[in-house]
Amino acid sequence: MSCERMESRILAYVDGRLNESECAEVQKHLDACPACRVRATEFSSVSDLLDELPVIEPSPAFDMRVRARIAAEPVQQSWWASWGWLRPSPRIAFAASMLLLATVFVSYRTDNIAPPIPVDQADVEMMQDLSVMEDHDTLSNFEPLKELPPPVDANGPDDDQQQM
Amino acid sequence: MLDVKAGDEQSFGLLLQRYRTPLVNFLYRMVRSREQAEDLAQEVFIRVYRAREEYVPSAKFTTWLFRIATNLALNSLRDHRHQKLEISMDAPLTADAEDGDEKPFEVADKHPTIEQELLEEDRKKMIRHAIEKLPEKQRAAVLLHKYQELDYAEIAKILSVSESALKSLLFRAYESLRVELAPLVARHGAK
Repeated sequence: MSCERMESRILAYVDGRLNESECAEVQKHLDACPACRVRATEFSSVSDLLDELPVIEPSPAFDMRVRARIAAEPVQQSWWASWGWLRPSPRIAFAASMLLLATVFVSYRTDNIAPPIPVDQADVEMMQDLSVMEDHDTLSNFEPLKELPPPVDANGPDDDQQQM
Repeated sequence: MLDVKAGDEQSFGLLLQRYRTPLVNFLYRMVRSREQAEDLAQEVFIRVYRAREEYVPSAKFTTWLFRIATNLALNSLRDHRHQKLEISMDAPLTADAEDGDEKPFEVADKHPTIEQELLEEDRKKMIRHAIEKLPEKQRAAVLLHKYQELDYAEIAKILSVSESALKSLLFRAYESLRVELAPLVARHGAK
């Protein structure tokens, strides 16, 4: 093994993270290379020195502060909750059923309660006699008849003219 | 996490209990401010809570958790970079305690225990500063590797790099730490 390859293994060797065969390989190199041997010893010393730093404890209020912040978090709503008005609800179903029933009832009543139109028997016979209806229409709307002078009254205008 | 997804509030409490200390420590070592680390850790838990319904167990929960934490820490460091520079330029010479509060150096008492404590404190300060001096991604890699004991594949996923790139990051980080901590390393080696 070269000194360059040792770079990726020397720390793992110091920490005991190599498997047996890798460890034997590194050990073989260290036996032959004084520079890498010194480096390995010094890395081991650095690792021991890092162990000297004490562990600090979080302040007693730490948990309380985290819980308070969590309590202040807005409640997460699912997409379904944000469309909650569409959610099946017994109240909405009941209201819709009642509306449907009311609509059906009203339309049924409207059909049945329409009062019969009173029709005179003579009118019915006249309406059935189409030829009479046609003659009536023709005569009542016949333009030349409207242009005729009004009928002369025997005692009407002539007497008035004579008096003048 | 699957129980949390199912709406089990107690399981979220268990997650909080289990991961708050590793998270706060990781974030504290990343951003070097206890207050900020706690704020960021809270934000991690809030994001986990918000995303609980979309959570898909395609990766380990710790990978997902520390990925959120790392991204928040890196963003926070970028946001506070200028602010931090301004503060450090104006800050008096002090020895910061482990809790992140700045305390002025006190004149050493002749009492051996106090002297010993000061030496210890100085030593820890040196280690912390060595970590702090690492580039952000190298720092995150070292912290996840050393303190969270995550495997290379997980750390690579968290940092969005390949495994070989991660090994290279770690190697360069340890090389820098070896140089930065040379006096301590020499003393440690002599023991």
